[in-house]
Amino acid sequence: MTATAPPRSTPEAGPSSGKSAGRGRLRPRVPDRLRRIGLPYLLLFPALILELLIHLIPMVVGVVISFKGLTQFFIRDWGSAPWTGLGNYRLAVKFNQPVGEALLHSFWVTVFFTILSVGFSWLIGTAAAILMQDTFRGRAVLRAIFLVPYALPVYAAVITWTFMFQQDTGLVNHVLHDQLHLTSDKPFWLIGPNSFWALVIVSVWKSWPFAFLCLMAGLQNIPRELYEAAAMDGAGVWQQIRKITMPSLRPVNQVLVLVLFLWTFNDFNTPYVMFGQSAPHAADLISIHIYQSSFITWNFGSGSAMSVLLLLFLLLVTAIYLLFTSRKGEPDA
Amino acid sequence: MRTNRVFAATALVAALGLTVAACGGSDNKSSGSGGSTGGSDKGVTLTYWASNQGTSLDNDKQVLTPELKKFEQQTGIKVKLEVIGWPDLLNRILAATTSGQGPDILNIGNTWSASLQATGALLPFNDANFTAIGGKDRFAPAAIASAGAAGQDPAAVPIYSMAYGLYYNKQMFKDAGIANPPATWDELVADAKKLTTGGKYGLAVEGGNGTESIHHAFVLAKQRGSDWFDASGKATFDTPANVEAVKSYVDFIAKDKIAAKGDAEYAQNQTITDFATGKAAMMMWQSAATSIKAHGMNPDQYGVAPVPTLTAGATGDAGVTSMVAGINLAVFKNTKHQDAALKFVKFMTSTDEQKILNSTYGSLPPVKEAQSDPAFQTPDLKVLAQVLSTSAAPLPQVANESQFETLVGTAIKDLFADAAAGKSITTDSVKAALTKAQQQMPAS
Repeated sequence: MTATAPPRSTPEAGPSSGKSAGRGRLRPRVPDRLRRIGLPYLLLFPALILELLIHLIPMVVGVVISFKGLTQFFIRDWGSAPWTGLGNYRLAVKFNQPVGEALLHSFWVTVFFTILSVGFSWLIGTAAAILMQDTFRGRAVLRAIFLVPYALPVYAAVITWTFMFQQDTGLVNHVLHDQLHLTSDKPFWLIGPNSFWALVIVSVWKSWPFAFLCLMAGLQNIPRELYEAAAMDGAGVWQQIRKITMPSLRPVNQVLVLVLFLWTFNDFNTPYVMFGQSAPHAADLISIHIYQSSFITWNFGSGSAMSVLLLLFLLLVTAIYLLFTSRKGEPDA
Repeated sequence: MRTNRVFAATALVAALGLTVAACGGSDNKSSGSGGSTGGSDKGVTLTYWASNQGTSLDNDKQVLTPELKKFEQQTGIKVKLEVIGWPDLLNRILAATTSGQGPDILNIGNTWSASLQATGALLPFNDANFTAIGGKDRFAPAAIASAGAAGQDPAAVPIYSMAYGLYYNKQMFKDAGIANPPATWDELVADAKKLTTGGKYGLAVEGGNGTESIHHAFVLAKQRGSDWFDASGKATFDTPANVEAVKSYVDFIAKDKIAAKGDAEYAQNQTITDFATGKAAMMMWQSAATSIKAHGMNPDQYGVAPVPTLTAGATGDAGVTSMVAGINLAVFKNTKHQDAALKFVKFMTSTDEQKILNSTYGSLPPVKEAQSDPAFQTPDLKVLAQVLSTSAAPLPQVANESQFETLVGTAIKDLFADAAAGKSITTDSVKAALTKAQQQMPAS
């Protein structure tokens, strides 16, 4: 994979050549033993502290809150909120009652949304990356244009989409109804059942360039000779894609699909900007749902319990995914 | 070479650590350089979180800055202003409450008063504190009633007051041969049907805005003698009267078809745009003069009447035509500069400042003395002032009010979406939605 890396690492210390004086003076003094055993841990230590502060402690606090009845009466001193034991969890998983029912609904909405969004993003990204392999006039420009959705600030991009999706004055209905006459009436996109599809469209538009970027990088690592040899043996384009491109892209795809899945499943910005603090029933993604439970209805304990359940689910999915994709004998990614 | 990396890494970590520390510390100090509470307040800097009242956040800064300068000249107390948009305000207040590091003084929407009061983060306005700002009697009683739960010291004082009125387009009424604005809902529906022709509608509603819908649902329920919470503060969302109230509101699109289906999507004041551009003949709105003018409609082109009631001339609860709308000014309990903060509250609620600020924002002064100013004697403001003093009731001042706004607001929003999609809205479907909202209320 990284054929060019080893020779580069020795002669020049890339990031900070300015401190070359210090390097020269100190290098010989490091005892061998420290270098052999202590140094890796010493290097890990700062990262460990930060990891603790930024990730672990807030996570533990979140888990603790999920066992408490934390409402506005206690937020000034959340430690004083009463313990509810598993009460918040029990409420969240009582699927025949409103709270649990709403959570389960938003869970399924999120699952379908994620499958569709990741699927389409991956398909479009792959197709575009393969098409962009051949050199042609305007390739660089086209490539740059492809990356625009990825580079734009989420808020600006999504708010533009919501303007386009407006029932009365939006561009989408203007094209569908006024120009192409595909619909008998102007459909709603931001309320009602269609809001789900509007959300999928914006999400795909937003995330396929990332797939495109990763896959394009992956394709560049496939030696040209393979294709040449295959072509000599009489393999067509489709066969080349199936037999050479796809297997070679497997490591990239493994990471890509996992990352896209996690991002999409947890996506908060897109629905929040599109629908505000409460999304339509059909597009009630779990992130917005939890946000609403915690910060709008001020039921932080219940919101935390839902977050923990979500975390457990995502951990489980990730574990299963890694188990299936990383075959034995191969070094882990 | 390796040690070089150690250095680089350590330096980086140290730098990050410093940044983190700096972030943590800076908020703390923003609310005052002096630190001492005793003696003179000179040299103290207060932090003020103002809500968005003008046409934009920058507009608010332009309006408020000269007034804050005036306060500084009078007292020597500096005020650091931050204008916060409505979507962020509640979260910012919550964050400040949890961390204990907030502003000294802040604006809150008056419907949140009891909810925020329950956190214990706001300074109660007891007799002593009211005396420090010039007395409780200076304020309109209805405005004080919307500053906290009954039987407790208010958690804030009112600064801007608003009320709902029925705005109607005079020319469109004349063209349709309607002499007077409707006084009852039946009249409103009948008039609006006459006005709904040729792509124009009789009424515009902000169907996608849950908070807005709550205000109307509250009034419609009140007129039917129903409330959203019982005396003990427990939710009673799905009483028959509440169901009927919500249904009658959603029916403007579903059954009467006097409002455009597209209104179900409105959540960004498109209602005002439709009214001001002649797409709709009526709307129910609070203190809309400034916004209507911004869209090019002159004050003499429209009239304002009280919102209709079930029967003409109804009184008491049946005659409630508006919630008590408005903004309150609160002091953060853990401010280090309570005296200075109270001085600031006194300044902002002084008769002169009330006149200046409320006339700029098109709202009404909750301070009685300022109400007689000519700036508030325009025909529309006179009607709204009348509504506020005679037929307005505060939203339920219970700790769970903010949850009520979200849950019932969302339910109504979804009902409007169903109506727009052509689904039939029945008593049962409305009841189911409200029952579900009620069951989602956290136990308190």
